[in-house]
Amino acid sequence: MENGLKARQSSEVCMDSSISAEGINKRFGTVRALDNINMVVDSATVFALLGPNGSGKTTLVRILTTLLKPDSGIALVGGYDVVRDAQSVRSVIGLAGQYPAIEEILTGKENLEMIGRLYHLGKEKARVRAIELLENFELSDAMNRKVKTYSGGMRRRLDLAATLVAKPSILFLDEPTTGLDPRSRIGLWEVITAQTKECNTVFLTTQYLEEADRLANKIAIIDKGKIIREGTNQELKDCCGGDTLVSVRIANRNQISIANSALRELAGDTLHSYPDTGEITLPAGSGTSLLPEVVRRLDAVDIKITDLALKPPTLDDVFLAITGHPAEEPPGSKV
Amino acid sequence: MNMSTSSKINNTLSDIGIMTQRNLLRYVRLPQLMIANIALNAVLLLLFNYVFGGAIRTGGIEYIQFFLPGFMVQTVVFGSTQTSVGMADDFSKGIIDRFRSLPISRSAFLTGRVIADVARYALLIAIIIAIGSAMGFRFENGAVPALMGVALIILFGISLTWVGVFIGISVKDIETAQVAGFVWVFPLVFASSLYVPIETMPAWLQVFAQINPVTPMVDTMRALSLGGSISSSLWKTLVWDGSIILVFLPLALNRYKLMTQ
Repeated sequence: MENGLKARQSSEVCMDSSISAEGINKRFGTVRALDNINMVVDSATVFALLGPNGSGKTTLVRILTTLLKPDSGIALVGGYDVVRDAQSVRSVIGLAGQYPAIEEILTGKENLEMIGRLYHLGKEKARVRAIELLENFELSDAMNRKVKTYSGGMRRRLDLAATLVAKPSILFLDEPTTGLDPRSRIGLWEVITAQTKECNTVFLTTQYLEEADRLANKIAIIDKGKIIREGTNQELKDCCGGDTLVSVRIANRNQISIANSALRELAGDTLHSYPDTGEITLPAGSGTSLLPEVVRRLDAVDIKITDLALKPPTLDDVFLAITGHPAEEPPGSKV
Repeated sequence: MNMSTSSKINNTLSDIGIMTQRNLLRYVRLPQLMIANIALNAVLLLLFNYVFGGAIRTGGIEYIQFFLPGFMVQTVVFGSTQTSVGMADDFSKGIIDRFRSLPISRSAFLTGRVIADVARYALLIAIIIAIGSAMGFRFENGAVPALMGVALIILFGISLTWVGVFIGISVKDIETAQVAGFVWVFPLVFASSLYVPIETMPAWLQVFAQINPVTPMVDTMRALSLGGSISSSLWKTLVWDGSIILVFLPLALNRYKLMTQ
């Protein structure tokens, strides 16, 4: 009860931590990396940009964090223009790129202190802040060890801590959980969710629909530099068959068209098949009642099943539903 | 963002200071390249002084006296290749993105590099002088000209640092930076007046040695250390320093801008 009250009070004094982009274009040579990107992210929300490798996610993040200039268009971060007012943008954002950007030959504490001082916090404040963050991220034991002795998970945590040193109101996270073990991934999700309670905005990019679904208030799907769909997680999943899919894998891939016909009655247009892997997915609806029906029908046409499961939709499923092609060519790149 | 000019200046100085400190720490904690530099110089010193020295016609001067001044220049020339490696390292590892997304002064990153290099060159020169002294070298011309000479060598080093920055940003990976760095320093160092008087070289090599920037730098240092005229070599050295900086500083800055756009 008390926490709810606190949250409401702080939201009343939330500063502008919104992000907006209008007509952003970026070209690298002949490659159109971003094609007329328009989007709005409200303050104190989590926004996920979902798309496969090479879709332009990192390019957009780099533009929004002043690391790259757009060819045309306007982007405002925290109310500041990323091109004309870049220094102001830098003072309110934190960026964690795909690879941890930390100094290997410095200790964890030295890394955070250095960043604090580069944010002009002052020596003492930077030290205090460093120790506080190291504790929050469970790195206190290792704080006086050089980063090159850290494990991959520890480096990622330190990188994230570095991002939070100056308590930015807008956090950019580019594929933050790639390569993390499940426990670290969940820990990171908790950090992300906690940010919005402190009035901060999180802009994250990911290839995992599950991650976007779990964390974001709003999701945009990007493909080949264009935003092809935007909405809340519910709106996106509604387009692709709901929260759960039945996934069946047949033994003989050549029989996929037969399997398709056998199951089409159950799902119609929302049935998707992947000839390369022999997988067929269809919305599960509510409950598990569809499963025995799927087994029965495939058995009736003598098709052997190697795998049968209920699973949440993946990026590929969403892409197939929206664009008609899987997220990445060649298909079958399951995450 | 409104800030008074004095606090802006304070912030800029602080940024440059922190970047310098960071670079120095890297040299201290990862001394491999510096140690390789010193080891290479020590080996060459020993080799040339004890093995070849007696056979080289230096016009009456003891060989150690003849060529140690040049070694102070050589250590700085080799040292500038470490700059390219460091730059390539920063760019390839993505730490440059971290710095660029911070609200720090835009010049802090490169300025910090140059200042740290100055400190590093001074240290390398000191070590060469120490080794040379142990082998019998003496500054016959007095302390003040010697210090002036060291200052000139460091100035030469600064101009080479900008070459190193340009190469390091251009190649972007450490292995290429190391190779690219060494390819040009060896002819520069050997085809000069550093090891032998130019007159002993074949005519075609003399031509290259005459236009080699290392030559007037070495001649100047030799004259300042042992006594002798610097009138013909000093102005050449300064013109070379100026020209290298005038060409490579804008090139380096341009490369930096390109890589970050």
